[in-house]
Amino acid sequence: MTPNMTYTTAIFYFLAAILVLAGLRVITARNPVHAALFLVLAFFTAAGLWMLLEAEFLAITLVLVYVGAVMVLFLFVVMMLDINLEHLREGFWKTLPIAGPIAALIVFEMVLILGSRHFGLEVMGTPAPHPADYSNTKELGRLIYTDYVYAFELAAVILLVAIVAAIALTLRRRKDSKYIDPAEQVKVKRNDRLRIVKMQAVKKPVEQMPEAGETGA
Amino acid sequence: MQNLDWAVIQTVVWTLIKIMAIVVPLMLGVAYLTYAERKIIGWMQVRIGPNRVGFQGLLQPIADGLKLLMKEIIIPSGANKGLFILGPILVLAPALAAWAVIPFTDTLVLSNINAGLLYVMAITSMGVYGVIIAGWASNSKYAFLGAMRSAAQIVSYEIAMGFALVGVLMASQSLNIIDIVQGQAGGVHQWYIWPLFPLFVVYLVAGVAETNRAPFDVAEGESEIVAGFHVEYSGMAFAVFFLAEYANMILVAALTTLMFLGGWLSPVTFLPDGIVWWLLKTGFVLFLFLWFRATFPRYRYDQIMRLGWKVFIPITIVWIVVVGGMMQTPYGYLFH
Repeated sequence: MTPNMTYTTAIFYFLAAILVLAGLRVITARNPVHAALFLVLAFFTAAGLWMLLEAEFLAITLVLVYVGAVMVLFLFVVMMLDINLEHLREGFWKTLPIAGPIAALIVFEMVLILGSRHFGLEVMGTPAPHPADYSNTKELGRLIYTDYVYAFELAAVILLVAIVAAIALTLRRRKDSKYIDPAEQVKVKRNDRLRIVKMQAVKKPVEQMPEAGETGA
Repeated sequence: MQNLDWAVIQTVVWTLIKIMAIVVPLMLGVAYLTYAERKIIGWMQVRIGPNRVGFQGLLQPIADGLKLLMKEIIIPSGANKGLFILGPILVLAPALAAWAVIPFTDTLVLSNINAGLLYVMAITSMGVYGVIIAGWASNSKYAFLGAMRSAAQIVSYEIAMGFALVGVLMASQSLNIIDIVQGQAGGVHQWYIWPLFPLFVVYLVAGVAETNRAPFDVAEGESEIVAGFHVEYSGMAFAVFFLAEYANMILVAALTTLMFLGGWLSPVTFLPDGIVWWLLKTGFVLFLFLWFRATFPRYRYDQIMRLGWKVFIPITIVWIVVVGGMMQTPYGYLFH
């Protein structure tokens, strides 16, 4: 075993341990904010694992999209909501009859696929390591824009429709909110707001100020 | 086996030494950036600035650091202790980690990776967590409001910043930062600032907003929410936020230099390239940051959001289309 091999293996087990622990804590943490933060940690370590698989583009995109954007908004919502923890745990036994079979089904499906018959090391084989100048990003870009261009364009259009739909569903104009149109603000000229009145200078008549000494008399 | 282990240890130690060689000057740079800021803004406002500690006040940042080091870190009674401590760490860590791929010259770089620019974007997008966590864990309304403002602002401007960098990627046809700089070789007229001028302006302004600096510093608007997300922090915990803000400023300035101003390349062909150009250009961009702060009044919050979403993002998208279209014409060489 080369030193490089043991090094990457050590990193793999280190990251995998963190990932499993973080994943467990996501569902066991009592505070939803903690759970969301453990999910962030899980994403980040998963990105580290992808990096070990030489999929640097996907790894960095995972961090950029899920950690940098999606989870931030997630945290926003979780922090703003006033979640009652007691209330959350109330329905555990009531939902168990439905949740149990679903969980069992998921485990069964995973065993079916990840079972040693279809997924073992002897079936998959070790992928050949690429040289240092191999660019995962370039390779991915080439595939997306040549071999899979139709599927890619289709996905893009579906995403665009989803964006438009999300905006259309949530957009509502409030009648009672005060709104400033910046274009109007910029267009304002001095004469719209200010009127200079020309007036003849009038000399103020000098009033006779009664002096303290005289009034006292 | 003994020898092989030794090789691994040697690599690790050598890498740690290299990391220290980047972090220590960076921290010194941060310290003296605060001094420069106080001096320059002082001169701009016809004041003297710090001039008591050491010659011309040169020891002022050291004195400030010592003072903060001696102070007690007060943890509010209702705070979430673990996250309260984690907040400042999560702000500073990305600001330092991003420097792993920043080249100083074509050979002087800690890690020359292919997807360098993507790495920088991903790592800097992590910084917002520290702000949100700090604001939430403080258990204070002011801190929480500041964190919400800051996070919304950072997320919004990241999009415009990302699109501005897409233009740079199109011009250089590479994600490797060294290749991007090499693509600008051949004198000042080859720098990407000229063909990508709108993107340069967007990137610079978004960078100011991203670091929560004036005129986009509503996150710590003193007159409204005291000091925003770090209002409950004291002593060294506060100092870490401070370090992170200035380290981020230097990072944005360095990235602007590398993406648009030719990095370490000399502006004229008869002078040699070198790190001195990198330092000069980064210093100039940092000066712009300070100049902005001394000049512009603070934006209103809705104006900030409008500028980010309705002005900058459309500008960047339009310019990306322009660059892409022009590259197909005979004048495409102007955009490379």
